[in-house]
Amino acid sequence: MFSGEEMAATLSGLGVTHVVWLPDSELGPWESALMTCPELSLVRVCREGEAWALAAGLHLGGKRPLVMIQCTGLFESGDALRNVLFDLRIPLFAVIGYRSYLVENSPDTARRFVEPILKTWGIDYRVIARKEDKPRLIDHFQACAAGQRPGAALIAEGRM
Amino acid sequence: MHVIKAHSTSQPPGRMPLVPALEVVRDLRRDEIVITTMGAAREWPKLSRHALDFHYIPSAMGQAPLIALGLALAQPGREVICFNGDGCMLMNLGALVTIAASGATNLTLIVLNNGLYEVTGGQRTAAATCSTDFARLAVASGISSVRAFGDLDLWRQGAAETMALAGPRFVVLGVEAVGADYRLQAPGPMADRMQTFQRALSEPTS
Repeated sequence: MFSGEEMAATLSGLGVTHVVWLPDSELGPWESALMTCPELSLVRVCREGEAWALAAGLHLGGKRPLVMIQCTGLFESGDALRNVLFDLRIPLFAVIGYRSYLVENSPDTARRFVEPILKTWGIDYRVIARKEDKPRLIDHFQACAAGQRPGAALIAEGRM
Repeated sequence: MHVIKAHSTSQPPGRMPLVPALEVVRDLRRDEIVITTMGAAREWPKLSRHALDFHYIPSAMGQAPLIALGLALAQPGREVICFNGDGCMLMNLGALVTIAASGATNLTLIVLNNGLYEVTGGQRTAAATCSTDFARLAVASGISSVRAFGDLDLWRQGAAETMALAGPRFVVLGVEAVGADYRLQAPGPMADRMQTFQRALSEPTS
């Protein structure tokens, strides 16, 4: 949907300083652009739960981090996400790969649970389904930042 | 690069009392950020009142080293010390690799190894049943400055040299269980503590 260069420019334009990530096959091709963008630092984690706490430390230290993971990693993140967003009340924003969203009638359970889980956590999200949706991503990020509240952008993906 | 010899990283054979072990770090500490969790978060506030102390309670178990790493990356001009429990370390062993891969050089991770899930009443960890060597795990993860101590006098003698090693540093301290006084209590509302901590972080480093 987006090229790496396009995403890196978008994030740096939003003031993001660090992308804390564990990529999937759709986000992965952005790696080179995220690495070479001078305004961004790419931080690799070993499991997605780490990303929220690491980003929390960056936030506390005065930076503007963004978590970038697949939706399966959102499921893995439960306790870390709970603690960071609700105990520490740190308003992180996440870009999350929405696996199988573009596959009509997909039986993929990773697709089935994403939105119900975000709703349960009370995380305001937008589905970014087409290239033309980029302004929605930008607007949502800025609204969350202005409101000091967590948020997410779900990047629509095809098959796993 | 600091060269590690195998004998310097092996599992500490003994255990030292927790509070004197923490006092060693308190006495060396200048203006480092100190992150505590679990047993350390119970004892450290009795030893230190510093604006750059952050007691990670309530926590997500296993995540303290990641918060410390984020702080280290955000503020490369400051040193960050993180006290972690052995049970917490087991819950997030990948954090060792994340730390090694990050390139952060201003982080010291100290694992207080008593072999127990202390705050739940003292049940043994899986690692305690099979002699898991945390120091060797750290070396294998790519952290080169690694030390292990099981004797309080040796820790007192070696702490300053250890804290001066090239970062990131990983230290295992074999410590005794505290016994009946194991329960955790947050030292005040999180919002207030966060505000104090962030205010201190925003001040220039000395």
